[in-house]
Amino acid sequence: MSSGPVAAFLESGVRFATPLAYAALGELVVERAGVINIGLEGAIICGAFGGLVFASGGVALGFAGAALAGTLVAALFAFFVITLRTDQILTGTAMSMLGLGLTGTLYRTMYGIGGASLHTPTIAPFAVPGLSAIPVLGPALFNQPVVTYALYAIVPALAWWFYRTASGLALRAVGEHPEAARGAGISPDRVQWVAILFGGAMGGIGGGTLVLAQVGTFAENMSAGRGFIAIAIVVLGRWTPFGVAGAALVFGAASALQTLAQTTGWAMPYQLPLAFPYVLTLVLLASSRARTAAPAALGQMQR
Amino acid sequence: MVAAVLALGIVALVVIAGGYDIGRAATALWSGSAGSAYSFFSGTLLRATPLIIVGLSVAIAFQAGVLNIGAEGQLLAGATATIAVGLAAAHWPGWISIPIELVAGMAAGAVWAGIAAILKRRFGVLEVISTLMLNFVALYGVSYLVHGPLQEPTHTYPLTPPLAESARLPMIVPGQQLHVGFIAAVALAIGAWWFIRSTAGGFRIRLVGAGVAAAASAGRVRVERVVFAAFLASGAIAGLGGAVQVTGVTGRLFEGISPGYGYTAIAVALLARLNPLAVIVAGIFFGALEAGGAGMQRDAGVPAGFVTVIEALVILGVLAVDRARILASDRHQPIAGEQAA
Repeated sequence: MSSGPVAAFLESGVRFATPLAYAALGELVVERAGVINIGLEGAIICGAFGGLVFASGGVALGFAGAALAGTLVAALFAFFVITLRTDQILTGTAMSMLGLGLTGTLYRTMYGIGGASLHTPTIAPFAVPGLSAIPVLGPALFNQPVVTYALYAIVPALAWWFYRTASGLALRAVGEHPEAARGAGISPDRVQWVAILFGGAMGGIGGGTLVLAQVGTFAENMSAGRGFIAIAIVVLGRWTPFGVAGAALVFGAASALQTLAQTTGWAMPYQLPLAFPYVLTLVLLASSRARTAAPAALGQMQR
Repeated sequence: MVAAVLALGIVALVVIAGGYDIGRAATALWSGSAGSAYSFFSGTLLRATPLIIVGLSVAIAFQAGVLNIGAEGQLLAGATATIAVGLAAAHWPGWISIPIELVAGMAAGAVWAGIAAILKRRFGVLEVISTLMLNFVALYGVSYLVHGPLQEPTHTYPLTPPLAESARLPMIVPGQQLHVGFIAAVALAIGAWWFIRSTAGGFRIRLVGAGVAAAASAGRVRVERVVFAAFLASGAIAGLGGAVQVTGVTGRLFEGISPGYGYTAIAVALLARLNPLAVIVAGIFFGALEAGGAGMQRDAGVPAGFVTVIEALVILGVLAVDRARILASDRHQPIAGEQAA
């Protein structure tokens, strides 16, 4: 299989994009229900840690553990924000700190300082026969771990769910106009609870992907701001599943470009591609198209 | 007070649950934060200084109902401008260069917050998202500068050259690392308290924070302008936090210059119920926790990450208690409600 620099760049771009896409698709569902979970970072790092803990039972169990850990963090967030009606942003900030602090503490307590030598089994990339031989794009799209392939189904499934099912309509109604949704017999609280738990599970899988499909071990703070990147991705993707998948690729490509710049010794400062997607998100936010795309009741607390 | 006892209780629980020696941990917590003059001045109060300043930045923004979670980025912008100006002013006497450094830091912090403030005012962009994005842009900006234009002359380490001795803040007590920035932080808190409490501008900020409709009905309060001004002031103060940290402690700029002060400051401000005077107390409390936490990691092997856990639990605790109060009194109160801590 020939892999020129372009193919290698695309391949690593998709690899970087995978955990981001999981977290961002989860956050997309949460935001479509009208809630911003800025504590996604906490779900991701707990997912990574859960993946490490459960990986002793195999990779599949590791991913289940990752999803469970992310869901638990999200449940705490949902309890505060939906049940107690605390401020979403402050609660989310606390959840990020809680997740990062808790995993750091547990990691050192359970595995000691020398935990860095810990290795988990990882899923190897699986080359799809035929498709992976397509020049340039083949290896990027069809020589990846199974978690990446799962996204090819999740993205259209989410789009179908949003726009073609009654429960998807209920989700969007709660995000646009919770009072109207309530009038139609939908419980906004219940919808938001479920959306937040789903978002947590997806964030957890994103974190699990880091450990179980990429790095093969856990490190403190290894989520490295991906929870916040995911929030930017949702904005950049204009709150649609396919948009979010595309935006995840933009951020993934930026990370790949950074590695490429560092390894090939380009004159370009490697921080430029890393900062670029954030600036792009800011510019997009200022455009009216992004504002009308946002769920109307996003971030509003219900009385 | 209740919160402090609660936090200490959580510390004890975490330590016991982790299987650490509680006696040794308690001794380490004490000796690391208040057991000696050195640990109190050069540990607790030194660490409290940026937390108080940035805590004030957060408190003022939240008082006005501005959810500025970009203090981290504004602090970095301030630290960067301070270093740039300070290096250029290396041969100037301290009484000129230090004020210029601090003003540069405040200006840069205000500009960084100003981007989000303009996006909010002109385009209605949620400041939560914009300030978060700007934190990352600032982080990569600092990374670029210390690997590039501002890197020390040998180009070996990702650091700027050090500031000249004259361009740094003087120490309060000889032999201690506590610099005059601590006094400035306390003075700033008292000033902010007076401003919020006793001036028309402070009244407008509280009014706007209490709800846009209330502010509009109280007679011609120009809500947008008040929000904008509070946003810029918050950024300037966070920038000052960066300036004070650079001129008082590090003397250089590097990537890890802020171990998340902008986020810890949210816990500080909330614990203080956004009251500037209480921010002093809350800042010292968290300063002691961080200094003591470092001691516990050193002497009893308790991971430092647990300090972050406590900060998170303090935020959650304050939020839950506030909600309980609102439900109990059954009337609307803003999160920016001003109560004595």
